[in-house]
Amino acid sequence: MGRVSGVNCPVETDNKRWNEPMSQSQTPAHARKESAEQAEFRAYCRAWLEENRPPPTHLPLPQAAYEVTADEHRHYLVDWQARCYEAGLIATDVDKAYGGHGHEGFQQIASAEVRRAEVPYFINWIGLGMTAPTLLVHGTEEQKQTYLPAIFSAEDIWCQGFSEPGAGSDLVSLQTSAVKQGDSWLINGSKVWTSLGALAKWMLLLARNDKNDKYNGITYFICPMDQPGVTVNPIHKMTGESGFNEVVLEDVLIPDHMRIDEVGAGWKVAMSTLTSERGAAQGVGAVASSESPMSTIMQLIDLAKHTRRNGKPVWDDPVWRDRIMKLYERTEAMTQNFRRLGVSTLENGGMRIPLQSKLVGSEIGQAVHQTAMSILGMSSSLYVGDDNAVEDGKWPLGYMNTYTGTISGGSSEIQRNILGERVLGLPKTK
Amino acid sequence: MTQARDFGFGEEQQMLKEASLRFMQDKQPLAHLRKHTAGTEDPYLGQARPGVYDAEAWAEMVQLGWTALAVPESAGGAGTNLVTAVGVMEEVGRAAMPTPLSSTLLATFVLRHAQAPAAQAALARIAQGSSAAIAIYNQYGELELDATEVTVSDGRLSGTSYFVQDLQKVDFLVVAAKQDNELGLYTVDVQADGVSCHADRIVDLTRDQGRVTFDAAAVECVAEPGQGGEALQQSLPALLTLVAADIAGGCEWLLQATADYAKVRVQFDRPIGFFQAVKHPIVNMMIAVDETRSLVYNAAGAYDTDPEDALRCAHLAKSSASDTAEFCANRATQLHGGIGFTWEMDVQVYHKRQMHSQQLFGDGVWQRQQLAELI
Repeated sequence: MGRVSGVNCPVETDNKRWNEPMSQSQTPAHARKESAEQAEFRAYCRAWLEENRPPPTHLPLPQAAYEVTADEHRHYLVDWQARCYEAGLIATDVDKAYGGHGHEGFQQIASAEVRRAEVPYFINWIGLGMTAPTLLVHGTEEQKQTYLPAIFSAEDIWCQGFSEPGAGSDLVSLQTSAVKQGDSWLINGSKVWTSLGALAKWMLLLARNDKNDKYNGITYFICPMDQPGVTVNPIHKMTGESGFNEVVLEDVLIPDHMRIDEVGAGWKVAMSTLTSERGAAQGVGAVASSESPMSTIMQLIDLAKHTRRNGKPVWDDPVWRDRIMKLYERTEAMTQNFRRLGVSTLENGGMRIPLQSKLVGSEIGQAVHQTAMSILGMSSSLYVGDDNAVEDGKWPLGYMNTYTGTISGGSSEIQRNILGERVLGLPKTK
Repeated sequence: MTQARDFGFGEEQQMLKEASLRFMQDKQPLAHLRKHTAGTEDPYLGQARPGVYDAEAWAEMVQLGWTALAVPESAGGAGTNLVTAVGVMEEVGRAAMPTPLSSTLLATFVLRHAQAPAAQAALARIAQGSSAAIAIYNQYGELELDATEVTVSDGRLSGTSYFVQDLQKVDFLVVAAKQDNELGLYTVDVQADGVSCHADRIVDLTRDQGRVTFDAAAVECVAEPGQGGEALQQSLPALLTLVAADIAGGCEWLLQATADYAKVRVQFDRPIGFFQAVKHPIVNMMIAVDETRSLVYNAAGAYDTDPEDALRCAHLAKSSASDTAEFCANRATQLHGGIGFTWEMDVQVYHKRQMHSQQLFGDGVWQRQQLAELI
């Protein structure tokens, strides 16, 4: 981290304020009216997080849980998630029979406080955000008891095996095969873009049991990653990080009791999983990124106030300021959309707002970073590890990582198809 | 104070909103508008376009108590909050209804912040069914709240107010005027001696607008000189939010009309909504409308219960609404193709209402300029 000198560089950036905690401006402007019990629980969460905030890691943490590879980060994050689970911030509303804490209406409070505190994210974001909601709806009693507790404690890391080299946005054309052999299934094929694949003990796997039935020929499995025939090859992203992987499956045997839901029901179950991924994954407390969108906007404003161009702060330039304020407006709108979702008379019904959240959030995030790059000017060229880079290159790194949001879990283009078709009833593109 | 989680939008608000929707469906304001503006299409032929509105429907609205809605109980009104009024305005916008209700609600909120005794009397008139509009702008349409060039002396107004909304529909005006450079607020009947009105020729068919010249018109003072600016400033969040609510309703109509058209219009052997070049912009309209609507309810809730944050929230709402107005109107016309460009289609009526609303109390760029000063 360092200060950009103004000598032969048009930008002058003051880094001092990055190290200070964010001001109260990031607190939701309108705390909600809540019961005495809820208020007490909120106060407990806030105090606990304040007292137990972990010290920074030796190597800076990646910006989101997708990119974790280093052992130091892994141990640190597993330990952190386990402590949060023990403290009741994860699986807060889940039944005690499955390792939850058995409350009702508390998870939203815990998750909001975790985000507010800007503590490290939870490494097992796929387990929390996708496996747990899927098993709670589609899993057998035995599956729920077996897998859920270790998801909450981060003892078992999960990854997701949906996309294939030939099946990305058109997921239903996936070709990995599942052939029944006695009490097991024989799996062959390959999966790509598998985040956390190198660390995971289990994978949520979609495989085809019937080549002649596109939608009803897919079955959903739990695949053990330590089985013979499973090979994990890291893929480096454009950032240089390698959180995600290619996973090759060669004659991998999966016992039938590790199938989720009926044979052929995989597509239906996957759609339920993707719904969790697309914005509604708060059910058990998944928090995959440490920064709230509004706090990123406040940092952007700070950057504009502390970066000089033409002899004055960028913030004083009306063109830049309008661009920043539009992003501020849209970010507040996301918060208020979420709030409106809780008011049955104002929510428009169905999935209209939830299905927008991943699309809109990821696109705004990208625009925020594009704006930051513009403000930084020449300094935006300085990357992680450069001693002159503003905030150790977090803006260019973050900019490139915003494509994770706009592409994974169904690209923005597919999201718009889904919204147009399911919410507005437009003719299907297929 | 903190806002209620549900924006203060409860069962009562929902019932009134639904009643408004049914009322609009029953009254068919656009059919009425079409009937009374037929033959006035061509701008070069010089026919004056009257400030058309359905006077019978208005009488019913008064009977239903909608004018008294936001008037405090102390002045004989229902004393409801802004969230309630916003629900009704959204339906007015969805129906693109020409009605003095819009201006009357704005005037009501201004009068609620006016401190002189005559303000109570003016509010009581509204509760009993009179309609009103605010007259605060100069001929340049400058948006500063003290921009008026009307002056007052010995209780008489002189000068001209510009961009007065619904001028042909309302009974009295709330006029911003200066006495020795101190801003006050005054009420005067549109029909009073010394008041002459001139209708502007405007783009929007669903509204009327005009300028009013005062020649020693006798007035009542509702906010003393020096106190008018504060009354306007305090009511500004409500004004911005009400206009934004009208836009949210109108743009939802544009969204649904465009989606419906894309399902039935066939080209290249398919309904055009099949094509992503059509489908995706319609989804973008939906995203814009939802952002605006959520910010509108947030702004209304803030005005009602969190006054310190009310202006920030209102600028956010109108910033979003102004851009949504432009975007949805633009896409709706474009995606309807040739027919969307015709007088015959209602899309043009909504398009032009959004053009007008976008600029009322400042467009998105203006709102964001103000917002940046607040954070």
